[in-house]
Amino acid sequence: MNTNSNLYTFLYASILVIIVAAILAFTAVTLQPLQKKNIRVEKMQNILKSVGIDATVENAEELYSKNIKQDMIVNTSGEKTEGKGFDVNMKKEGKTALKIKAINIKLLKANKAEKKVLNTELTDLKSKLKLPVYVCEKEGKTFYIFPQRGKGLWGPIWGYISLEEDFNTINGAVFDHKGETPGLGAEIAQSWFSDPFKGKTIFEGDEFVSITAHKGGKDAAKLAGDLKHGVDAISGGTITSKGLEAMIKEDWFFNYGSYIKKNKK
Amino acid sequence: MSKNSKLITGPINLNNPITVQVLGICSALAVTVKVEPAVVMSISVTFVLAFANVLISLMRNTIPSRIRIIVQLVIIAFLVIVVDQVLKAFAYDVSKQLSVFVGLIITNCILMGRLEAFALGNKPFDSFLDGIGNGAGYAIILIIVAVFREFFGSGSIWNFKIIPQSFYDAGFMDNGFVILPPMALIVVGIIIWIQRARTKELIEEN
Repeated sequence: MNTNSNLYTFLYASILVIIVAAILAFTAVTLQPLQKKNIRVEKMQNILKSVGIDATVENAEELYSKNIKQDMIVNTSGEKTEGKGFDVNMKKEGKTALKIKAINIKLLKANKAEKKVLNTELTDLKSKLKLPVYVCEKEGKTFYIFPQRGKGLWGPIWGYISLEEDFNTINGAVFDHKGETPGLGAEIAQSWFSDPFKGKTIFEGDEFVSITAHKGGKDAAKLAGDLKHGVDAISGGTITSKGLEAMIKEDWFFNYGSYIKKNKK
Repeated sequence: MSKNSKLITGPINLNNPITVQVLGICSALAVTVKVEPAVVMSISVTFVLAFANVLISLMRNTIPSRIRIIVQLVIIAFLVIVVDQVLKAFAYDVSKQLSVFVGLIITNCILMGRLEAFALGNKPFDSFLDGIGNGAGYAIILIIVAVFREFFGSGSIWNFKIIPQSFYDAGFMDNGFVILPPMALIVVGIIIWIQRARTKELIEEN
């Protein structure tokens, strides 16, 4: 048979592609429930980890229902709204939050007419934003867990920050990412990076100062004299560190401002 | 030495994909900051390479030569996606470790290089051995570079601290330069130098 004829080539390519596509579709559909469960369990593990509970894949669901007492959604004015925080699509909300940030930046340079348009847009976006909050009760203490969503170098980064009852002191933090560089930006998922967040405060008086990631290797935060609000950044992972800092300061977490100020003691 | 064992041992030294064929350099620079991702990457590449070799070898007499590169690419992409999906379902932690690099196996030049140079003209079992051998040759270089970079760059190996805290207290600092990609290139260069100097077959005349 002439394997170089046009007809053969076309047929060969078509059949190959159809077979491969069929097998791939089959694999994806069969494995999807397992993958979804992995993602769900991992989310629970991360939420629990931010309050210092180490859950394994097996007991995550049980520990989650035991410790997480409330699972709610608040809006940007700090009021509780309908729905469950766990079901919120963080990808979508993260995008809305970034749009809000972009408008806030534009507003700085806008003239009066533009400001009016931008402000309507801003109010509209803000009313759409759903902010999940988890309330955890552990050993007689209450912790408030805030999911995070931001941009790293290659893709999204996210995490959970839990605050103590004073709504100021960080009780724990975990971070994760989609595809940061292993060994560099991906280090945000390691405990050496997230552990120092514990005990830091996000307010200076009444002002939201957030957390700063300091460059300069080990003990950089100490050297910069910023022990209250500063942590060490990752050497070689500058853009990821900066993205994480922005996530807390201006991309996402600051949207919780009204809610936190309302409850702050 | 029998033909089959030559297929395995050849790529480890005399015909090493990285140091002699100079393929797969891109991933050698990217995943060698730490030992762990380097090892998982090596295993994944070996797996995909061996099976892509077998599949292409089985199909070798039917592939129209004008579209053979595309056919190879489809097979590689197919295997990589299957590996990625299976890892996500059954080994979620490993899949997260590797993140983007699983997808990047598709662009690893060793795969296309071996399919084109070997699998298209050899029997399935030989191709399988060739895939394992080249995967092993790739793995050895990756792990040597990763051990070097993790030790000097982070003071640890496989995430265990090797350099004691007292060294740091006395003023020792991890070398940040080692973490950056150019250092991997330099290390690979040094390995090539040592290998060429010690192996008679690789010394070029003139």
